[in-house]
Amino acid sequence: MNELAKPIWLKGLTAAFLAAWVIAAMFPLLWTAIMSFRVPLDALSADPLTVLAGPATLSAGKGLTAADIGLTLAALAAIAWLAFHGAAKQAALTALACLIAIPLLAPWLDHALNLPPILGLTLEYYKAVWIDHEFYRNFENSLIITAGVVTVSLTVGTLAGYGLARAASKLAFWILILALIFRALPHSVLVTGYLPAFLDSRTLLAPLWNAPILGSLLHLFSNEPPTLYGQPLAIIIVLVSINQPFTIWIMRSFFDGIPIELDEAARVDGCTHIEAFWRTIMPVMWPGVITTGLFSFLLAYNDYLVTSLLLDAQSQTMVPAITQFLNRDTSASDQIQAIAAAVSITAPLFFLVMAFQRQIVSGLTAGAVKG
Amino acid sequence: MKTRIFLMFIAPSLALMLIFIALPLGYVFAQSFYSTSQEFETVQVLSCTPGFTGQTCVTESRSRPKLDAHGQPVLTTSFVGLQAYRELLQPDAIAKAREAGSSLLDAILSVDFYAALRFTLTFTLVTLPLVISLGLAIALAVNAAAKSLRGVLIFASLLPFIITPVIGALSIRWLFQGDGILTATLRAITHSHLSMFAQGWTIELLMMTYRVWHAAPFAFVVFYAGLQTVDQDTMESAIVDGASRLERLRSIIIPHLVPLIVFIALIHLMDTYRVFEEIIGFSSQAYRISLQFLTYSFLNPDQTGNRAITRASASSMLTMVGIVLLLIPLIRRTWKTHRVRR
Repeated sequence: MNELAKPIWLKGLTAAFLAAWVIAAMFPLLWTAIMSFRVPLDALSADPLTVLAGPATLSAGKGLTAADIGLTLAALAAIAWLAFHGAAKQAALTALACLIAIPLLAPWLDHALNLPPILGLTLEYYKAVWIDHEFYRNFENSLIITAGVVTVSLTVGTLAGYGLARAASKLAFWILILALIFRALPHSVLVTGYLPAFLDSRTLLAPLWNAPILGSLLHLFSNEPPTLYGQPLAIIIVLVSINQPFTIWIMRSFFDGIPIELDEAARVDGCTHIEAFWRTIMPVMWPGVITTGLFSFLLAYNDYLVTSLLLDAQSQTMVPAITQFLNRDTSASDQIQAIAAAVSITAPLFFLVMAFQRQIVSGLTAGAVKG
Repeated sequence: MKTRIFLMFIAPSLALMLIFIALPLGYVFAQSFYSTSQEFETVQVLSCTPGFTGQTCVTESRSRPKLDAHGQPVLTTSFVGLQAYRELLQPDAIAKAREAGSSLLDAILSVDFYAALRFTLTFTLVTLPLVISLGLAIALAVNAAAKSLRGVLIFASLLPFIITPVIGALSIRWLFQGDGILTATLRAITHSHLSMFAQGWTIELLMMTYRVWHAAPFAFVVFYAGLQTVDQDTMESAIVDGASRLERLRSIIIPHLVPLIVFIALIHLMDTYRVFEEIIGFSSQAYRISLQFLTYSFLNPDQTGNRAITRASASSMLTMVGIVLLLIPLIRRTWKTHRVRR
């Protein structure tokens, strides 16, 4: 396309448009991150320079010294250099390492050099969120649920995706169409079905516990049928199922890209279908598995509707838990706490994009380009 | 692959989908016709208060929840037919409002369900062309950018897409809330006392802006991948024939991208029709609600601790009918292309 030189106005327009988009894409997130380190007087100011410099935060005696800023800038430069040279994973790792090392190193350096703070910054709202409001409990719940969803989703989805990609039958086709329709269902429709059953599961599951053989097996786990409402483990299976239509579509399109000759060669060598799947296909399937795992993670991590309705306050995950800071929104410092909680939820996603950018892109296009 | 082996591979996945998607669906459908409520009984209570000349006694009848032998409230389930649907659609209320002299549109939109439907459909259909055109514009611009810049550009573009929707909506809300810097900027430009959260249409505008911001990266990535497969020979002969940039875009690039546009439209309709997180993030429920939010609010316990399950089921069913109607043309297209390939 570059045979003809572009007119200069078009080049300028493209560059301006791209710059505008990049700013629009990053600005809300960066600005929120800056606000979370300021006292309310600075953070909620209408003057952008006040938000950036944080004079009130500084006069409260909290701030960064020249050495802190120097360290941070050096770290950012290193990360950007790595990112620009295509070493995204190293960049993400360096970022993580700096996140741990700088807060440890900086106070010692400041003390040694005896520097005064020059830029306002405070961590007190993060402390309030994570320690006073026990946000780490929500973090634990999120961790359990996302880990469970990714593991189960991948196990079940990989098998189904392989089956669907290799079967040319009518049945496979209809299952895919059915999955497409299921994919379209608003989640509230399904939760309406789960909620009464979850609240009442002790009665509903009683016949299983009283059944002759299965019952005695189930008694090994608990003496009574559980109440599923408020159980993170029950949410895992719900989220896996809701995500299953998407998982099998994306998995199938990845398996479609692996030549069937590979299976056939293994079969000629005397493998069964399952051996062929495990020994020859899975080793080349890892990129697809990682991509699908990422999207399962995002679904579980980002979910609000399902978890807020099916979990109670003790077992709540991070995203629905943020509304507790919003609804209290009475004082300005509550609002900064909400902002700090929001930044805490976003930070892991930021590193995820850094480390797995290529896989995310291939996942987004897998469904589209191949069908 | 033999059917038996195929079934073995697909069984766990199919079982999950049947138990946790198909079964609840049937259950919700049935549930929308039945109502479960606590049984109340009326009891005569004699209450006496000491008075000057003697006791004053009053016998009054009170209704109280009936309890069973274990002290649990007695619940009865009864068939109520289309009552829940009638409560949602409220034909009587509309007729009454019409008699009181309000216009048909106002009368209809005063009912929660229709207001939610109106918002959901406007939201879906307005953002669709915006997302597709913005996504295409970014893809064309990134494709024209220097190779060394592309990785960073894609990274920045993915952020709005990857972020938790509630948090994304909140981060935009905080820029505009109160004297937030963007509201302050808008005020300075327009010389007015604008407040973005004091009226419905500005909130709706912000919600749509958020959704375009959130969904455009997906369209961008898909289009960008599509642009890499444009046939370069056709492109070169078009250049030799003297086709301008705009002509090449219109008659080579866009036709090449049509299947991708259909794909993005399909996914976007599905995702946008279930608009919900924006309502939470922007706290817009006083002004704007969506169909999913309507069901959500029925499912949440009210002040007396009751959940309106029957009404939630009815609104779920109506929500589902809506998305099926919206998607029929696109699903038929997918179905046809897949049948041809096999």
